Amino acid sequence: MKLLITTFILSLLYSILLLGSESQIEVGGLVFLAFAVSVVGKKMGLMDLLAAAVREHPQFPAYASVAGVLITMVVFHNSHFALLMLATVLIYSVVCLGLNIQFGYVGIVNFAGAAFFGIGSYTAAILATYTAVPHILILVLAACVSALIGSILIYPVLRTRGHYAALVTIAFGILFRNFLEVNDSLGGPQGMKIPAMNLFGWNLSNGVEIAGYEISFYIPYLLIALVLLILSFKLTRNLERSWIGLSMDMVRTDEIAASTFGVKIAHWKIVAFTLGNLIAGMAGALYGMMTAYVAPNNFTFADSLIMVSIVILGGIGNPWGIIPAAAIVVILPEKLQFIQEYRFLLYAIVVILILLFRPDGLLPRRIREYFPGNKAGGEK
Amino acid sequence: MSFDIFLQYLLNGLMLGVIYAIVAVGFTLYFGVLDVIKFSHGDILMVGAFAGLTAYIGIAGTFDSPWLQLLILVLISVSVAAFLGALIARYLILPLQKAPPINTLLVTLMLGLALREAVRLFYPNGSNPKPFPRLLPTDGIALGEFTLRSDSLILLLTGIICIVAVQRLITRSKIGLAIRAVAQDSETARIMGINFRQIVLITFMLGSALAALAGLMNGLYYNEVNFSMGLLLGVIGFSAAVVGGLGNFYGAIVGGFLFAALQTIGAVLLPAIFPDVPSAYKDVFAFTVIIIIMGLKPTGLISEKSSERV
Repeated sequence: MKLLITTFILSLLYSILLLGSESQIEVGGLVFLAFAVSVVGKKMGLMDLLAAAVREHPQFPAYASVAGVLITMVVFHNSHFALLMLATVLIYSVVCLGLNIQFGYVGIVNFAGAAFFGIGSYTAAILATYTAVPHILILVLAACVSALIGSILIYPVLRTRGHYAALVTIAFGILFRNFLEVNDSLGGPQGMKIPAMNLFGWNLSNGVEIAGYEISFYIPYLLIALVLLILSFKLTRNLERSWIGLSMDMVRTDEIAASTFGVKIAHWKIVAFTLGNLIAGMAGALYGMMTAYVAPNNFTFADSLIMVSIVILGGIGNPWGIIPAAAIVVILPEKLQFIQEYRFLLYAIVVILILLFRPDGLLPRRIREYFPGNKAGGEK
Repeated sequence: MSFDIFLQYLLNGLMLGVIYAIVAVGFTLYFGVLDVIKFSHGDILMVGAFAGLTAYIGIAGTFDSPWLQLLILVLISVSVAAFLGALIARYLILPLQKAPPINTLLVTLMLGLALREAVRLFYPNGSNPKPFPRLLPTDGIALGEFTLRSDSLILLLTGIICIVAVQRLITRSKIGLAIRAVAQDSETARIMGINFRQIVLITFMLGSALAALAGLMNGLYYNEVNFSMGLLLGVIGFSAAVVGGLGNFYGAIVGGFLFAALQTIGAVLLPAIFPDVPSAYKDVFAFTVIIIIMGLKPTGLISEKSSERV
């Protein structure tokens, strides 16, 4: 427990320093520090100790992460940029949790993640501009629209497998972006503006003052993102631990064996695909409302690849890996300006190296444990 | 629609079809030999086109004859692409042979992204479209309003000759025999004394060289190249190969022409039927039809049989 708390405090301090650092040298030093610590930690066996400690207290990381986000939020209560980044990390994590259900559990690779994210954003834009739907409902509606449009793909995705299924999603992603570019009523290449989110008569884009402190308008969005992340994380975790997750694992690893055991392959693929798109669409709607602007250029094929690379970087199928991976992918290029221009190139190279030398990702998914903490007498 | 415009569309469609078919043949070759998708194929095409452009800039002052320039340009572009193809096969595809196929797909997708970004960032002024030299004669035969320009005709014929040549190479030559043997059963082929590794490298070089030719043709036809041209051409080539039936040589050609036909039909018919739908939706239309075909015929129009590979 001591180890866990120390780690928590150290990593919290680290993230606050990283988010708050202004100069390139500071950021560079911090990144180097993280790298050095992880190498040394690995050599000294700290990682194993940590993993054992987490097994003792399986709930700790979840509470610690939420607390960490909240503390960071309070520290940066008035700095827009840091909060925007934090919220973006959370939203990207939500999307990738959705993709993780598709990719990590049933094995449908969705190369159109950015498209479903974009469908959510555009739905939010249209609903918020032209209708009087309460804004919190828009998140739900956008999720449904995304899942509905995704369901057009279900038939070809189910009928095909492997490369052929990959093609279907790639074609859809490109089709979607093409459609946005040429469609004038959706703003064409310029995109469209989204009015600010309005919660129960409270316009979120106006900052608030609480007890004399000015609060950034990103904070409400951040809190909503946090809630979404917690919900989708709980959903994916519980899914994984339940018999549903077991069936999904079976569908992924061996379709033929799964069907001989009576697992309905098509059924679980549909569930996973729809669920993933639902989550991606919801996150997209929130992201669109937060940035108040949508354009086709935000939803390109390269963005879809970035989402897939977060899933791979984190360790395919492991929801815990996604959040640090999303943090690395979102924050690093924003902080290290010289990376910004080269980020797609760097990600591409990093993912290639990971796939070549560490195909399971940074935090590989462990074999499922039926008796967490070994309490119920399961054997190690 | 008048006859001249029809001819114009027909020629344009055929031209696109040939380019797509050449790209699709590359995908089919790789899949036939190794059961892998090399998704960086489109970006190899782009690199080939840029290599040609660079070569042209290098030699434009030294040689005057456009034919000589063209020859050098083709040679350099093809060899750069072939070399790159061999490198990819050697260091990315072969080491991942035992990994799940999706890993290979991802690695090559990422490699494509890396190549695209590298050209955008490191080629001088690489993020903007670059003019490609007009090296072919542009005089033409007038047919009413429509002029059949000789450069289009030359490109079209070259493309067809390329496809026929590759077909001949695969069905008639010794190397082709080895490629077909590996495609059918690599284990047995190895036992029979075929150098598996070498054949894989040769296949990847052949496919990449074809991609470079397609890139040059594209550049010469539109007189423009840009760093992102490979993505769309790659996806289209992949679609064509998949729709035709992956691993099937003739399927790839059928798929290439089918996709070009869909795009042309989309460009012509959509505005005619729905007045407020502009022809810019042609790609949306083509990809929609492709997704529908994938749903109806999941293994492609000419479905994949191991005995028919390559």
